[in-house]
Amino acid sequence: MLDKIGIAKRIAKEVKDRYYVNLGIGIPTLVANYINKDIDVEFQSENGLLGMGPFPYDEEVDADIINAGKQTITTLPGASFFDSASSFSMIRGKHVDLTILGAMEVSENGDIANWKIPGKMVKGMGGAMDLVASAENIIVAMMHTNKAGESKLLKKCSLPLTGLSCVKKIVTNLAVLEITSAGFQLIERAPGVSIETIKKATEGKLIITGDIPEMKIN
Amino acid sequence: MINKKVLNAQEALTGIKDNMTLMLGGFGLCGIPENSIAQLVKLGVKNLTCISNNAGVDDFGLGLLLKDKQIGKMISSYVGENNEFERQMLSGELIVDLIPQGSLAERCRAAQAGIPAFYTPAGYGTEIGEGKESREFDGKMHLMETAFNADFSMVKAWKGDEAGNLIFKGTARNFNPNMCGSAKITIAEVEELYPAGELDPNEIHISGIFIQRIFQGNNYEKRIEQRTITKR
Repeated sequence: MLDKIGIAKRIAKEVKDRYYVNLGIGIPTLVANYINKDIDVEFQSENGLLGMGPFPYDEEVDADIINAGKQTITTLPGASFFDSASSFSMIRGKHVDLTILGAMEVSENGDIANWKIPGKMVKGMGGAMDLVASAENIIVAMMHTNKAGESKLLKKCSLPLTGLSCVKKIVTNLAVLEITSAGFQLIERAPGVSIETIKKATEGKLIITGDIPEMKIN
Repeated sequence: MINKKVLNAQEALTGIKDNMTLMLGGFGLCGIPENSIAQLVKLGVKNLTCISNNAGVDDFGLGLLLKDKQIGKMISSYVGENNEFERQMLSGELIVDLIPQGSLAERCRAAQAGIPAFYTPAGYGTEIGEGKESREFDGKMHLMETAFNADFSMVKAWKGDEAGNLIFKGTARNFNPNMCGSAKITIAEVEELYPAGELDPNEIHISGIFIQRIFQGNNYEKRIEQRTITKR
């Protein structure tokens, strides 16, 4: 079974040379730490920065340079700043190659719910609805089950949706899965996790074809 | 040169009344018009509709207006770093309209550009789309979103000149340029105000034509919400 860092490390392998990538808050943010050093990747922060770097050293902190999680951040050589409408032109216009975000639920046809729980304080969708509606390549990073032990990979989402049929791939603490027209196609198992465990934790339709390899993570 | 300079926030905010719709730039507390917000608190205007990506924190940014119950409706994409906001929202004192961030930005830009409405795929098939006109383009469904219609827009820039030209800094740019010229009157406050001719025309982000009033702000706090650092 993977922890959050393990999930981030596995997703990092999906990030390819010359990709522009938007990372959501939570596990996705960690992905930046594990990208292969031999490839060129730029991170887009939807509040108006392309070419985002690591957190600043104490004396470099600049209140005017933050990421979408409102954390202080730095820029890398080649970085640029822009306004919010331009930022979403990059996203809506499909100029960003990969979007990695968290989710509360994903359905077997790729619907995603990650912004609202009825009866609880609703904070808003931020840029998530724009991202999932337009991105060509969306990877969800999440735990396979919720705190109550219930599957988050469902036949149909029970929570209010963020977007329709948009998720392409899911990396959880138990498995890597692709969304196909037939359902959740199991691609890899997390180290030490049996197919039985994955079956039990997946409520939606799980497709298992041939031998399912174990993930390789450094 | 058409001079847009006014003396201070007090002069700049002349004409703001109860029940008006205001646009306010900023992302979190980054790039917010601190001086204009302080002046709104002073004016005590009530039942405002505020279009702003976020709603500040309890004791800063739009949180200051919430504390005095000056806001009747918030139009934002993400809120909730703010206990008083939550209390007013749950008690029904405050109406909250949450909309996707890209649609929020584009509805500002559309108002600036004189485009009454546009189509976007964001929110189609979700509760955001309920009651909205939808249409298929190239096999994909889109929602129609309309331009905002605001009375005043309040933005903050790094440098400006008396002609109203603006230059922004870092990610403090965010919604600010999109809100210039998007309301009947746009008020810009700047950290550094220069005489016309001092700023290089090649480096201007927003032309003064979109600005009606510009003033030199002061005492910028520039609060940081999440101070994250790398240890040496």
